[in-house]
Amino acid sequence: MIVADRKPIEEILNSIKEYDKIMLAGCGGCVTICFSGGAKAVELLASQIKMARKKQGRAIEIIECTPERQCEYEFIDQLKDDLKSVDAVLSIACGVGVQAMSERHPDTITIPGLNTKFMGYPIEHALWDERCAGCGDCVLEWTGGVCPIARCAKKLLNGPCGGSANGKCEVDKDVDCAWQLIYDRLKKLGRLDNLKQVRQPKDWRTSTNAGQRKTKFEEAML
Amino acid sequence: MSEFEPKIVAYCCNFCAFAAADLAGAMRIQYAPNVRIILLPCTGKVDALLLMKAFEDGADGVFVAGCMEGECHFVEGNIRAKKRVAYVKRLLEEIGTNPQRVEMFNLSSAMGGRFAEIVEEMTERIKELGPVEADGEKGPVDK
Repeated sequence: MIVADRKPIEEILNSIKEYDKIMLAGCGGCVTICFSGGAKAVELLASQIKMARKKQGRAIEIIECTPERQCEYEFIDQLKDDLKSVDAVLSIACGVGVQAMSERHPDTITIPGLNTKFMGYPIEHALWDERCAGCGDCVLEWTGGVCPIARCAKKLLNGPCGGSANGKCEVDKDVDCAWQLIYDRLKKLGRLDNLKQVRQPKDWRTSTNAGQRKTKFEEAML
Repeated sequence: MSEFEPKIVAYCCNFCAFAAADLAGAMRIQYAPNVRIILLPCTGKVDALLLMKAFEDGADGVFVAGCMEGECHFVEGNIRAKKRVAYVKRLLEEIGTNPQRVEMFNLSSAMGGRFAEIVEEMTERIKELGPVEADGEKGPVDK
């Protein structure tokens, strides 16, 4: 899932300071799970904004909505009637949702209310860790299911580096060394031989280094 | 400011604070009439949104009153409420509203006197702070 954090309230208030009526649009997908952009987050943020604006002596009207997913036209098309009456959309979906909204409704400005951070999952309730960097060429098969691209600060393919100490990364003592995890996992699986093979430099063209990526599933295309 | 009579909303657990309020009444204990009591099955029912909406709709102060820690009828409802109250304190602070306007209290159903004390304590605190609009203005910050 995509994990995002809410922007500081000062930044949000500043970005909507010239508007008197906005739509606050959440998303029922990933950001609902990470508590930053679901229906409840919409209501809470709307409440904060209305209170802050009332204090400033310039009340604001807010249309609250949370489409099933803000990253699909089918769902955001349902908002088009409401969109006609607002000055701007404050979107607390991930960056994908914000862009889908602004591409589908180009006459209305869409402002992001979240900072989209990473792809990961909750390692415990309400605590998320990054797990995938979307590099486009998965290496998990020979790393025992631990991703060195997402979890090693240096993205090493032949780790660990000299900064690994007591299983932790030199970048942050609270972060596990990905290569220590890889070693431990492979040892448990009896696959330490995987580490004897020197890995060639990664072809980063499958990642974001070659510009925007696209993918399609032809059989399903209309 | 001495004439200011704050509106205070009290979210009270059915098993302790609400019964304590009832007891305070039965004991004929006088306390400030500024409080509006809302009965909850457990303070675990309290959501950050409930607290924020009270402020949005004109409350000057809000408190949540639950069972003593370790004595919740639903094991940890009051512990959850405590976290949510702390969260709402942060949300209020972010928009320049004094976080002291929201508080969590713990008491038992036998503590009628304590309930009256809590109401007095909150009423005095909010009277000192003044109306919610009086809190320092915190406008948008130009980046």
